[in-house]
Amino acid sequence: MKVKVIVTLKNGVLDPQGKAIQQTLNGMSFSEVKEVRQGKYFDIEVSTTDEKKARTKVEEMCKKLLANLVIEDYKIL
Amino acid sequence: MKSSVIIFPGSNCDRDMDVALKKFGFKNQMVWHNDPEIPKSDLIVLPGGFSYGDYLRCGSIAGKSKIIKSVIEFANSGGLVLGICNGFQILTETGLLPGVLLQNKYQKFICKNVYVKINNKENKYFKNIKKEILELHIAHNEGNYFCTEEEMKSLNDNNQIAVTYCNENGKEDEQFNPNGALKNIAGIFSKKKNILGMMPHPERMIDKYLSSNDGNFFFENLIENLK
Repeated sequence: MKVKVIVTLKNGVLDPQGKAIQQTLNGMSFSEVKEVRQGKYFDIEVSTTDEKKARTKVEEMCKKLLANLVIEDYKIL
Repeated sequence: MKSSVIIFPGSNCDRDMDVALKKFGFKNQMVWHNDPEIPKSDLIVLPGGFSYGDYLRCGSIAGKSKIIKSVIEFANSGGLVLGICNGFQILTETGLLPGVLLQNKYQKFICKNVYVKINNKENKYFKNIKKEILELHIAHNEGNYFCTEEEMKSLNDNNQIAVTYCNENGKEDEQFNPNGALKNIAGIFSKKKNILGMMPHPERMIDKYLSSNDGNFFFENLIENLK
């Protein structure tokens, strides 16, 4: 089965890429854009079919590798 | 004195470090990331570069590599581990040093000479060093040191701030901060001061005909302190 994960920077952590994207969008006349925060998306195929087990494993993966908890939050979709 | 430089796929300052260590009398060995173990060493160096292409986050893949377990073991038993640039990023990703290196504040790769001030000389790296403000080179896209408030308090309480960006007279000011790092931090120690991670490259500053030779002060002193 597939498990989907989104990793985003925590609030307050500087996101220069997000800022550059926001400024570009503003420059393209999307003046309504107030802020852009960039994140990462992971599509993880696991061998188990037990959803609960898979999510527990993926949570462990998030904590150990996919996210750096000093600056990032993760969300399993 | 024996040293080992770990090479990851994408490391590119490993040979500069090898030249620098040998120049000052270290018997240095190069260790490939897939080697089963690290030879007996007085110092382990994680060099600069772009280990594993900077995939996921700088240093994150190297931080979970096979060889890193031996590095962690060595560090936890009190061994000296020096991480320069990407090596510093790897050390934060392993958890051996607190905090993280974020993308530079002004979205640019910075490649220039800077001055750094040594903040704590009570350790093997800087004890008796003859110069306290060093001109060193930086070359990085992710050197913006960041940590939580609790981590910063702990860094201060334990005198873990090793080197800070400053001007040639040692003035630490936001205008001399190249990348937005908290408190102008260029490098930090572990609590026991046996692990040092820093963004500047002393190994690039060992020959006055190439650049500055302030790196000499660092290496000369380090080997003296290890004898």
